[in-house]
Amino acid sequence: MTHDAPPRWDRRMQQRLAHGEAAALGELYDRFASLVHGLAHRVLDDEEAADRVTRDVFGYVWEHPDAYDPREGPLRSWIADVTHRQAVARLRRAESDGEADPEEIDERVRTASAAARADYIVTSMPASLREALDLAYSRRLDYRRAAAGLGVTEDEARRRLRLGLQLLSTAHQGPRRPVGGGPR
Amino acid sequence: MTTHAARPHRVLKSLLGAWALAACSPEETAAVEEHLTDCAACAEEALRLRDAVSLLHHEESLDLDPGLRSRVLAHCLGRRPAKIPVPGWAAPYEAETARLDTLLRDIGDADWRAPVRLLWFDGRAPAEREVSVAAVVTHLTAVDAVVAGHLGLPPAVPSDDDPAGAHTAWRDQSRALIRGASFAEAATAERTVKYGRFSLPLPDAFLDRAFECWVHAEDVADAVAYPYTPPTPTHLHRMIDLAARMLPRAIAGRRRAGLAPPAHALSASDAPGRALHLEIEGSGGGHWYISLDSPAAKAAPGTEVAHVALDGLEFCRLAAGRMPPQEAAAGQDGDREAVRDVLFATASLSRM
Repeated sequence: MTHDAPPRWDRRMQQRLAHGEAAALGELYDRFASLVHGLAHRVLDDEEAADRVTRDVFGYVWEHPDAYDPREGPLRSWIADVTHRQAVARLRRAESDGEADPEEIDERVRTASAAARADYIVTSMPASLREALDLAYSRRLDYRRAAAGLGVTEDEARRRLRLGLQLLSTAHQGPRRPVGGGPR
Repeated sequence: MTTHAARPHRVLKSLLGAWALAACSPEETAAVEEHLTDCAACAEEALRLRDAVSLLHHEESLDLDPGLRSRVLAHCLGRRPAKIPVPGWAAPYEAETARLDTLLRDIGDADWRAPVRLLWFDGRAPAEREVSVAAVVTHLTAVDAVVAGHLGLPPAVPSDDDPAGAHTAWRDQSRALIRGASFAEAATAERTVKYGRFSLPLPDAFLDRAFECWVHAEDVADAVAYPYTPPTPTHLHRMIDLAARMLPRAIAGRRRAGLAPPAHALSASDAPGRALHLEIEGSGGGHWYISLDSPAAKAAPGTEVAHVALDGLEFCRLAAGRMPPQEAAAGQDGDREAVRDVLFATASLSRM
C-alpha cells in the first residue's frame, strides 16, 4: 500500500524532518519501521538487535535529514541502505567478539546481506510478480493452479515466476547501487 | 526419441522459473532437466534461479513490538529535540491512532467486512448495534472531522464502500490533526470544540478522540481476533482523568433528564459540596473527588460521602459503555445513591 510514495512525498518529508517537526518523525516511523526492522532482523536474526538497529536508523535519519538526496532515488531505498549498513556493522562487531576467523565473518556478512537484499527486492517488486511467487513458494501451488488463482494464462504465470526469480537473483550481486553517506 | 524432444527451447526456457520453484508437472520437470544437460545457457539460468529460490523465506509474523514506536521516537527526540513538538495533550491521540493504523494495515480485505459489535449505554440500559469494520473507521473519521474543523482543516470525505479509501481518509485526517495540533497557537488550544450535546477545550477533545480511537480499535481487534493492548499507563491516566472531570456535568445532565434523583442542598457556586472519592487501581490509576451536587462546586477530600474503588481498565470499559453500570465490580461504601449516580453517569459518557 505504501510502496509507491511519489518523490514529492519524499522531498516534503525531508523538509519537515529538517524543520524539526516531531509529527513528521512519527509518520516516517509508521511508513518505514517494518521495512527497517525486517531487514535488520534478516541480517542479525535477533529481535533485540533488530530493535536497536531500528532505533539507530531512525535516530540517524532524524539527526541528519540532509544526508538524503532526493535526486539519487527514493527515500525508501536510501533508508534500506542505511539500515543494511547499520545491521552489517553490528553483525561484524558481534562476530568479531567471538571465535570466528575473518573469512567466516565475511561469509556470514555476504549471506546475510544477500538475504536482506532479497527481502528488499521482494517488497519492492511489482505486486503481480510478488503474488505469483507467493502462490508458488509459500502456498506450494504448481504454476497452472497459480495461474488460476491469479486469473491469468499459464504462459503469463510462467513468465511472472521466471521474471520474479530473475529479479531476486540480483540480490547475490552486491549492493543495488553505489551508496554514499550514512552512519559508520 | 522421447515426447519432450518435441518441446522447443523457447517453451523449456519459459518453464525455468516454475521448475526452480518445483511448480511444474512431473513430465515438464523431466523435460526441463533433460534440456539442461545440453543447453548451457538454460543450465546457467536454472542454477541462478534455484539459488534465488533459496533466498525466499516464509513470511514470519513480522508484527513489531507495539512499544517500539515510543522508544524509537523518544530516542530520536533525545538526540535532537524537536523544534515543532507534538504537544503533550496530543500525544495519546498520536499513539492511539498509530496503533489502530498498524492494526488496519495488518488485516486482510475480508476482515473489513467482519461484523463489529458496538455497545453503549443509552442512559437507562445497554444498547448495541452491529456494523462493519469499515463503518467503524468511517465513524471515527466523521467525529474526528469535528475537531479538524476547529483547527481550520478541511473535513475528510470518508466512504465505507471502499476499505482502502476509508482507511486512507481516516489516517490522512488523523495525521493532519496531529500536525495541526503541533502548529496550533496557544489561543487555538484554548478554544472549545462543540459536539452535539457537550463541548470540550481542544486539548480535552484530543484526549477524548484518543480514548474513542482505542475503544473502537479494541472493537475491531475483537471482531478479527487480533491481539490488542491497553494504552500506556501515562496515557490511560489522562483518559481516566478526563472522564472523572466530565462526571459532575454528566450527573447534572442525568438529573435534568429525570434519570437521576435531584441534587442535595445545592451549594453556592464555589462552596465545597458533597463529593465521591473515586479510587482507580492498577494501570493509570489515582484518586479523584467527584462533585455530586453541582459541576461548579469544588470537591476535595473531607467532603466525601461515598467511596468507589475500581480497576482502571474496568473503569474505562464502563465509561465506554462496554459494561453495564450494574455489573461494575466496584468496591464501594458510603451513600449508595451517590455511588449509583456516579456509576450510571460514567456509563452514560459512552455514546455513538
